[in-house]
Amino acid sequence: MSDRFVYVTYIRTTPETLWDHLTKPEFIRVYWFGVSAESDWKQGSSWKLIFADGRVADTGEILEVDRPRRLVIKWRNEFKPELKAEGYSRATFVLEPSDDVVKLTVTHEIDRTGSKFIEAVSGGWPSVLSSLKSLIETGQALPSQKKAA
Amino acid sequence: MSMDAVFKALADPTRRALLDALRARNGQTLSELSERPDMTRQAVTKHLGILESANLVVTQKRGREKLHYLNPVPINDIAERWIDKFEQGPLDALSHLKRKLEKEGR
Repeated sequence: MSDRFVYVTYIRTTPETLWDHLTKPEFIRVYWFGVSAESDWKQGSSWKLIFADGRVADTGEILEVDRPRRLVIKWRNEFKPELKAEGYSRATFVLEPSDDVVKLTVTHEIDRTGSKFIEAVSGGWPSVLSSLKSLIETGQALPSQKKAA
Repeated sequence: MSMDAVFKALADPTRRALLDALRARNGQTLSELSERPDMTRQAVTKHLGILESANLVVTQKRGREKLHYLNPVPINDIAERWIDKFEQGPLDALSHLKRKLEKEGR
């Protein structure tokens, strides 16, 4: 059994532009409320999510990368001991173009049930995805006081 | 994937009940969602179709099963359109207070 959520958003853009927004720190920190990611985005490379103040939020590894179609990240919380104790989760990003939009599917799962980590990240993703969509489509990310998970 | 489709999909108590069921337990099959005394399997199928075309429900295949997941992103897009960042804090506090008082009042 596993805990999982699946979020989908449709963004008026190209898969390449969306891919760049998912992997380039200068884009990520704009729509992710100051949070950014560090990685060279190659299979087997390390991956880190960094808060605006420099603290490490999450760490992991790039499991699969197929630009601009599919990205899989092995992902563990680092700043809350009870969430870190749950071990690694897996986040999968799938980009599928159709007409003038790209369907972005984010699946985040962990091999356990009753996961507090999955509960925490599931609350954060909708704001991040709305902000990403807004940034790409209008050039403006969303202001938000909500904390990232 | 218009906002109209989201509002129309939400304007039905049965469909809201299906979203509640997925919020309680994400990733259910059609059979599980049809285990409701008040709804036929055909009705559940029809309502899920409307929720899917509004992008409020997404499905993933796991082996032979199709699992249904609540997708709150379109609702978040709507909320973000009208809620300013400076209002978010007070609104969260009000909504928390309302839930607390309504629980105590029961």
